[in-house]
Amino acid sequence: MAKMGWMARAALVSVLLAASGAASAYTTTGNGWNTPQGVTEISAKVYDLHLLIFWVCVAIGVLVFGAMTYSIVMHRRSVHPKPADFHESTTVEIVWTVIPFLILIGMAIPAAGTLIKMEDTRGAELSVKVTGYQWKWQYEYLDQGVGFFSTLHPDSNKARQVGSGIDPTTVPNYLVEVDEPLVLPVGKKVRFLITANDVIHAWWVPDLAVKKDAIPGYVNEVWTKIDKPGTYRGVCAELCGRDHGFMPIVVVALPEEEFGKWLEARKAGQPYRLAAAAPTQAADVPPAAAAQPAPAGEQVAAAPATAASAGELSKAELMAKGEQVYKANCAACHQANGAGMAPTFPPLAGSKMANGPAEAHIAQMFTGKMMPSFRHLSDADLAAVATYERNSWGNTGSIVQPAQVAALRK
Amino acid sequence: MAHHDTHAHHDDHAHGEHHDHGHGPEKGIMRWIKTTNHKDLGTLYLFLSFTMFMIGGLMSLVIRAELWMPGLQFVDPEFFNQMTTLHALVMIFGGLMPAFVGLANWMIPMMVGCSDLALPRVNNWGFWILPFAFTLLLGTLFMPGGGPAGGWTMYPPLVLQTGNAFPFLIFAVHLMGISSITGAINVAVTILNMRAPGMSLLKMPLFAWTWLITAYLLIATMPVLAGAVTMLLTDKYFGTAFFTAAGGGDPVMFQHIFWFFGHPEVYILILPAFGVVSTIIPTFARKSLFGYDSMVYATASIAFLSFIVWAHHMFTVGMPLAGELFFMFATMLIAVPTGVKVFNWVATMWKGSMTFETPMLFALAFVFLFTIGGFSGLMLAIAPVDFQYHDTYFVVAHFHYVIVPGAVFAVIAGVYYWLPKWTGVMYNETLGRIHFWLSAIFINLTFFPQHFAGLAGMQRRVPDYAVQFTDFNVQSSIGAFGFFVSQFVMIYNFARCIWFREGMEKAPARVWEGAHGLEWTVPSPAPYHTFEEPPRLLPEGEITAAHDAYDALDRHKINP
Repeated sequence: MAKMGWMARAALVSVLLAASGAASAYTTTGNGWNTPQGVTEISAKVYDLHLLIFWVCVAIGVLVFGAMTYSIVMHRRSVHPKPADFHESTTVEIVWTVIPFLILIGMAIPAAGTLIKMEDTRGAELSVKVTGYQWKWQYEYLDQGVGFFSTLHPDSNKARQVGSGIDPTTVPNYLVEVDEPLVLPVGKKVRFLITANDVIHAWWVPDLAVKKDAIPGYVNEVWTKIDKPGTYRGVCAELCGRDHGFMPIVVVALPEEEFGKWLEARKAGQPYRLAAAAPTQAADVPPAAAAQPAPAGEQVAAAPATAASAGELSKAELMAKGEQVYKANCAACHQANGAGMAPTFPPLAGSKMANGPAEAHIAQMFTGKMMPSFRHLSDADLAAVATYERNSWGNTGSIVQPAQVAALRK
Repeated sequence: MAHHDTHAHHDDHAHGEHHDHGHGPEKGIMRWIKTTNHKDLGTLYLFLSFTMFMIGGLMSLVIRAELWMPGLQFVDPEFFNQMTTLHALVMIFGGLMPAFVGLANWMIPMMVGCSDLALPRVNNWGFWILPFAFTLLLGTLFMPGGGPAGGWTMYPPLVLQTGNAFPFLIFAVHLMGISSITGAINVAVTILNMRAPGMSLLKMPLFAWTWLITAYLLIATMPVLAGAVTMLLTDKYFGTAFFTAAGGGDPVMFQHIFWFFGHPEVYILILPAFGVVSTIIPTFARKSLFGYDSMVYATASIAFLSFIVWAHHMFTVGMPLAGELFFMFATMLIAVPTGVKVFNWVATMWKGSMTFETPMLFALAFVFLFTIGGFSGLMLAIAPVDFQYHDTYFVVAHFHYVIVPGAVFAVIAGVYYWLPKWTGVMYNETLGRIHFWLSAIFINLTFFPQHFAGLAGMQRRVPDYAVQFTDFNVQSSIGAFGFFVSQFVMIYNFARCIWFREGMEKAPARVWEGAHGLEWTVPSPAPYHTFEEPPRLLPEGEITAAHDAYDALDRHKINP
């Protein structure tokens, strides 16, 4: 049994080393390891609670594992050949029932306080409706007439295809970048009304300590008040199908004045350059640099729904644009090669829809029978993607012009 | 003292040699198909469980291979989701639950001193449903559209998007549920009606107690799951709208119903593990279990609390504040009886005289690592902080800590502990210890880094991730492959005991010197039929604790 003594000692030393290593790394290296402290009053409270319960667990762990390890070393047979024969003590049982109970009450009080604060959505100065779709987010600024979709950034989308050959480490903010971020003002209480259009999603931004399920038929309320301008990234947290991992959230928090400018520009359908949306560490963005007006003609944000519908386009133009739109919106289900994924997602290659009358094809994209509606895309985008689908993978359908789409849009 | 029928040469169960008085097993394959013998069925359950652990393990390797590096290297996201969904269903319903039913089959009749389970034909039926259930479930992988991919929790509306696999999933779950209910009824009836004279409830081995309570959890919750999945079925095919918002239904209601089953299910997986560990630690500490009565009460309290905490799985669905507070407080309360159990195990070791054979090593690792899973569970109970943890890898790390180095380690410990009784030979101790250390190191390498990945923001059930999570995932993947490969040491060790016993050390009736209990009064390997006449324990008044009863029994040597 001498061998066991050696093994027990080795085990003890390695457990202690690992535990102390993990514990120190855990608190010193910031949010590479740990929950972020975040940029709101609530997120800081949540972070404090998180550390409090963590250290309570560590303390209990040291006591329990310490006693156990001591016993393993000192009460092994080679050292302690004759076992004691006690096997009950009501006093001890009561003590170790009551003490944990008291510790839990000590934990429950601050936890309940924070929870009550989090659920108080009164007095919001701005309301944003957040709708989850398979697989993108829609943001609508209530009473402002501004709304748009936010999808995975095309660079990430290209790199994340199976066998893309693109190294994800070369893509800035791989999988946590979007084409158009949610822009919010700093220092104002913002209320989110969260719902979903198809299946359940969950809207999560760790730096705001906000995570709420987006459920069809429900409108969940949650709020935040951001203290610091910057870019904050999050993800969909509830399994929502094939591309659950590919519908990130980006929040850009601007100083109130900048936010006002952004909102005005967005209402007028003008482009507005968001410097803060560029790939930088959130906290590193100085407030002044967070936003600058865009040079004329440089389109950064996607234009609103109908602004881009122009005159006749050539087939080549339609096909080129259509391919982009297809990859961003359609390829997740119908696949880049148009083959779909039977039986849930039908193929487009050789399909009646893509080779038949254009009206039915356009109507399908509007109504979204069995699939999400794509009404929110511009006439030009819908025309292009319809043309692309009708003239790719051996399909021989007609060309669709933006005017045809506009005529059917009701 | 009654002498029961152990005089004839008892056939060794795994070989089915000839037998001359009609009480032995049949020959060939029909023995296994027609058997109503609790030991045969225990063996079948354990083999099924092992097969499912391997299949579920291979699925986890597909998952870990894809997560090895950021970017999609091997599989389509849809197939990845099928793997996570089936991995969970196979491991829970195919791996762990049958493993504990197998241990109950083998050990409970021997522990309480009866000849077989109360309902032997139901027992046979309960087992033979399972291969069909898993054929239906796994067969979906070969259908157009593949297997179910909506997660094992089957949340609508997502699960209603499942293709051809959907009805197969529902009927497979129904069959698994029926099988579990039959097993649970059998165990409960046996324990309540067929204990040896003199064995009062509070003198039963703790494994019987934890299983009795588990049986009630199963009987109470499996029909709830069956109801929930039936509603899914009618929503999909018969135009009902239980869970469809557009038809006036409520998708959140499914989550409430599911977790009313799902949370007790967690304890269905862990309570029998508590029983195994509470049996093994006293044996190798050579000291009786500390606080036997409080262990029983703690187990019962945990079972009761498990029915009123379900919504902590759904803190983010947007419950009213009062609901969130109630479920937070109730959940925190579970830490109290669970703590009592851990303290009692440590007190059992305290001033014992411990040796560290393989079953003890796994049981000690259980106490350490299950407790770590308990700590993260306590953190998850704090609702405002749970909003940060929910649906991240922190949760994945938490439940794998309680299930793998928790429940699975307890199963492994139990098999090492009782295998000499089942086969009549000792496994190789050195290989056992090698298996333990490899498993313990790799399982921590697999799951410990996932805590950090989750806290730093990696959500669960995704095939790809932002590049800052790469290191944690590399470690996890190395651990997972290492753990899987390590199990072949155990397979070799067990295979020798079961099929290649040539030259292996014979096991005595009482395999472990510190072991107490009726199972150690019968020869090793255990005869095909045991306790056809019940053993007689000392009159109740003279028995002070469970282990004393067995000592008394040992002294009287009721067995030749």
